[in-house]
Amino acid sequence: MAEIELRGITKIFDKKVRAVNDVSLTIADEEFMVLLGPSGCGKTTLMRMIAGLEYPEAGRVVIGDRDVTDLPPRKRDISMVFQSYAVFPHLTVFDNIAFGLKMQKVNKAEIRRRTEEAAGLVQLSPYLDRYSAQLSGGQRQRVAVARAIVMEPSVLLMDEPLSNLDALLRLNFRAELKRLVADLKTTTIYVTHDQIEAMSLGDRIAVMREGQIVQCGTPMEVYEHPATEFVGGFLGSPPMNFLRVRLETVDGQPRAMLGDHGLPAPATLVDHGSRDVLLGIRAENIEAIPLEGGAAHDGLVSQTLVVELLGSQMLVTGEIGDQQIKVLVRADAPIRAGDALLLRPEADKLRWFDAESGRSIAGSATG
Amino acid sequence: MSTVSQQPDSDDGFRSPRQARGRRHMLGRAGLYVLATILALWVLFPIYLITITAFSPRDVVREYPKRVIPDEFSIDSMDFFVNSTGVLPSLWNSVLVAVITLILSTVIGAPAGYALARFVFRGRDPYRLIILSTRAFPIVILSIPLAVTFLSWGIYDSIWAVALMHTALAMPFTVLITSSIFVSVPHDLEEAALTLGCTPLQAFLRVVMPLALPGLAAASIFTFVLSWNEVFAAVILTLQERTLPAQVLATLTSSPPHFRFAAAWFMLAPSLIFIFLIRRYLLGLWGRVSR
Ligand SMILES: Nc1ncnc2c1ncn2[C@@H]1O[C@H](COP(=O)(O)OP(=O)(O)O)[C@@H](O)[C@H]1O
Ligand SMILES: [Mg+2]
Repeated sequence: MAEIELRGITKIFDKKVRAVNDVSLTIADEEFMVLLGPSGCGKTTLMRMIAGLEYPEAGRVVIGDRDVTDLPPRKRDISMVFQSYAVFPHLTVFDNIAFGLKMQKVNKAEIRRRTEEAAGLVQLSPYLDRYSAQLSGGQRQRVAVARAIVMEPSVLLMDEPLSNLDALLRLNFRAELKRLVADLKTTTIYVTHDQIEAMSLGDRIAVMREGQIVQCGTPMEVYEHPATEFVGGFLGSPPMNFLRVRLETVDGQPRAMLGDHGLPAPATLVDHGSRDVLLGIRAENIEAIPLEGGAAHDGLVSQTLVVELLGSQMLVTGEIGDQQIKVLVRADAPIRAGDALLLRPEADKLRWFDAESGRSIAGSATG
Repeated sequence: MSTVSQQPDSDDGFRSPRQARGRRHMLGRAGLYVLATILALWVLFPIYLITITAFSPRDVVREYPKRVIPDEFSIDSMDFFVNSTGVLPSLWNSVLVAVITLILSTVIGAPAGYALARFVFRGRDPYRLIILSTRAFPIVILSIPLAVTFLSWGIYDSIWAVALMHTALAMPFTVLITSSIFVSVPHDLEEAALTLGCTPLQAFLRVVMPLALPGLAAASIFTFVLSWNEVFAAVILTLQERTLPAQVLATLTSSPPHFRFAAAWFMLAPSLIFIFLIRRYLLGLWGRVSR
C-alpha cells in the first residue's frame, strides 16, 4: 500500500567495503520486487537499510510519501522476515505472531482474531501453543511469515525466506507464498540468490552485483534481454551460452564469424568495427541437427563432448573450436558423444555483447 | 577439526594409527577420571570433615585419629555458635551486603556487558583488558585509602562501605560474564523485535532479558558467593557492622575448636545450597558460552 523509492543509496562498512553502491530503484505500489544476486553482493544490506536496521552513508529511502531515512524501524510501517526466521524462542507460536500487535496496543479480542487468521493463512492453527523448539524448520518459517503479515504493513521485506528449507518444502512454500502475497496486495521486496525463485515470484527482478543494480525488469525481460553478460550467465539453467565471434562484412552484410562458419548479424553492429563481440544464445533456442557429410551453411558446427539426460530434455555439451556450447534438445534426440552437429540458433534470440565490458550492444531492445 | 591428518592404510604391516589413537584415547579418559576423582576428593574431604565435626559432640573435636563415620550426632556446637553474640546480626549484614552487591553490580555491570557484546566501538579490546586488570590490583593497597575515603563520606563501618567494595570486586566478573551471555542471544531476535514495533529498550526488556535470564541468574549467584565469602575488605572497612566472615574471623582466635568448626560449616552451607540449586543453569550457561 505504498510506493518505495530508493535514491542513490550507499552503504560503506569499516570505511572501505562498499556493500551497496549508489543504488536507485523505484518499487511501485503492490509490486513484488525481487532483489537477485550472488551471495555477498549487498542484497541483505540494501534490505536492512529499507527496514531501518542499517543507516546509509548516502542516499534517501522514501516509503509512500514519507522520507523514512532517519526513522527507526518501528516508525516505517514495514515488516521483515529474517533469513534465520528469528522466531522468539521464549514465546509460543501465538505470542510470536501477536508480538507486533501487542506492541501496537491493539485490543485483546482483535489481537486474537487477527493472530488466528494469520496463523490460518500459513496453516499454523494447530500449533499455536507450541514453542519454537517444538517446530520443524518449515513451521518456524511459517511463524516468521505470519508474524510479518499480521501487522498488515505497507511494505513486506523478506530476506531469503526459503533458503533454509529443503528442496521439496521450498517448492511447495514458494507457490504458497506467491498466492499469499498476491492476496495481500502488499508492496513486497524479496531477497534471494536463487534465480528460479526470482523468476517464479517477482513482478520485477533487480539483478545486483557488487553492490549495484545491473538490470531491473520483468522476469521475461531480464531473461530474454540480459543487459550484461553477467545477467545472462546468472539467470537460467544452464546459463546463457557466450561465444566470442569476429564481425566481418561479407557482400555488404555484417556476419559473425566463428572459424569458417558465420551467422548473419544485425546491421546495427556494423559500426562496432571488426572488433570481437560476444554472441549470447540460450541453450533452448538452438536447433541441433546431426551433420551428415555435406557442408554447412548458416549454422555452426560443433563436436559433441557430453550428453546428459535431464528427464524431460537432454543437455548436449559441444565444442566449437575451443569454445564450449550447451544445447537443450528433446530427450529422445539421436545424439551421442562424439557426434558432429549443425547448430542453428533462432535468429531473433541472438544477443550481442561487447567482449570487453560485457554490456549488451544490440538486439536487446527492451520490451 | 582435525580432518587434515591423512590416514595411511593399515595394510602396510604397521599398527593401524586408528587403533593406536583409540588406545591413547582410552588411556586419556582413564587419566581424566583419576584426576577428576582426586580433585573432587580434595574439595569434598575437608567439607565432609567439617560437616561431621560440626555435628558431633564437642569433646570429639580433638579426638585423633578421626572417625570417618561418626557414631554420635549433636547440634550443641551449632546451637552454641548461632546463639553467641554478634553472629545473627552479622549474618543479617552479610545477606544485606550480598544483596546490595548483587543489585549494584548487575545494574552497573550488565549494561557494560551488553555494550561489549553488541557494539563495535573504538577501544573495545583494551577496555576488556583494563576491566580484567582491575582484578589484579591488590586489595591490601586499596583498602587503607578506601577506608579513609569512606570515613570522610561518613559511610565507614556500614554495610554500604562493604557492599561498594564488593561491587568493585565483582564488577570485572559481572561485565565479562554478562557480555558473553548477551552475545549468546542472537542479534536477529532483537532486530526482529525492532521491526515489530519495539523501541531498543523494549526489545531489550521483552526479548533479550527473558532469554538472558537463566545466565544472569547463574552469574548473580557467583557474585553473591563472592560477597558472602569476602573477608579482607569486610574486616578493614567495618568495626561494629561486621559481616559474618568478618565476625567469625574476629572471634576465631579466642574461640574453642568446636566453635570454629560450627562457624566453618555455617559459612559453607549457604554457598553449597546456592551452587546446588543453580547447577542446571550453570551447565546451560557454560554450554552456551563455549559454543
Ligand atoms: N555488518 C557488516 N560489517 C562489515 N561488512 C559487512 C557487514 N554486513 C555485510 N557486510 C559486507 O557487505 C557485503 C554485502 O553483504 P550482504 O548484504 O550480506 O550480501 P548478500 O545479502 O547479498 O549476500 C559483503 O561483502 C559483506 O561481507
Ligand atoms: Mg544475505
